Amino acid sequence: MIITTAHYLALAAVLFSLSVAGIFINRKNVILLLMCIELMLLAVNFNFIAFSRMLNDTLGQVFVFFILTVAAAEAAIGLAILVVLFRNTRSINVEELDRLKG
Amino acid sequence: MVTGLLFYAFAAILIVAALGVISSRNPVHSALFLVLAFVQSAALWLLIEAEFLAITLVLVYVGAVMVLFLFVVMMLDINTEELRKGFTKYLPLGVVVALIVVLEIGHVIWFKSQGLRFLTAPQGQPADYSNTKELGAVLYTEHVYAFEIAAVILLLAIVAAITLTMRRRPGLKAQDIAKQVAVRREDRVRIVKVETSKES
Repeated sequence: MIITTAHYLALAAVLFSLSVAGIFINRKNVILLLMCIELMLLAVNFNFIAFSRMLNDTLGQVFVFFILTVAAAEAAIGLAILVVLFRNTRSINVEELDRLKG
Repeated sequence: MVTGLLFYAFAAILIVAALGVISSRNPVHSALFLVLAFVQSAALWLLIEAEFLAITLVLVYVGAVMVLFLFVVMMLDINTEELRKGFTKYLPLGVVVALIVVLEIGHVIWFKSQGLRFLTAPQGQPADYSNTKELGAVLYTEHVYAFEIAAVILLLAIVAAITLTMRRRPGLKAQDIAKQVAVRREDRVRIVKVETSKES
């Protein structure tokens, strides 16, 4: 039972599609949308690491390092926006956020 | 053999945790399932010999980002029932989109792989190999500009998060240092000549 790169790629594909499905079925709750985005980033990181190990190239792992940094910044700012939003509207329902008429 | 069993065990728990994230009734449970998913991913990254990133994932994600998530979820008073109304309505759409994404990724991997051999295990590293050392060697030399930009992005995140959530409540007593420094003697001291009573 040898674990090949394909195993990791398949696992990442399943994880990514689960989080895409999560975005569709939880489309009202902003917090769950943010969590699904975190899961998607995790799946992408899986691919980067699997390819980095397959090709024996550390560049993939350097990329994952920067993705983790940017994702942490994104989560912090996203949650700050969410807190301000909840303070102003008392709700985090996506369907009520139509004030900009976009 | 042991590695294979560990891979399947961690992968199974990871997928169950991901299902829990997207289908939990309570956002707090979703956040806790996401913590479980991150821990399992860290274990899988250890199996594929990316030790530094595995430990970073646990420290940064489980230690910081998910605590922030839990904090926000518990701080906000959310009406969960209202938010879950369309759950069953959108479930078929979500499943269809997920299947399409899986098929697309599978297609790209299997039919457009351009001669890459996926069905081989990556070469194991020797016992004295240090993943952290190797990453550090390229991170601080070749990618030093990207590293500095990442530092600026983190600073930006700190400033943005604080300025967004800081609020000034009316009636709150706070020190204004600039005002205190700029005060002048005439503003504070009033000299009153008191008539002394005279003995007659």
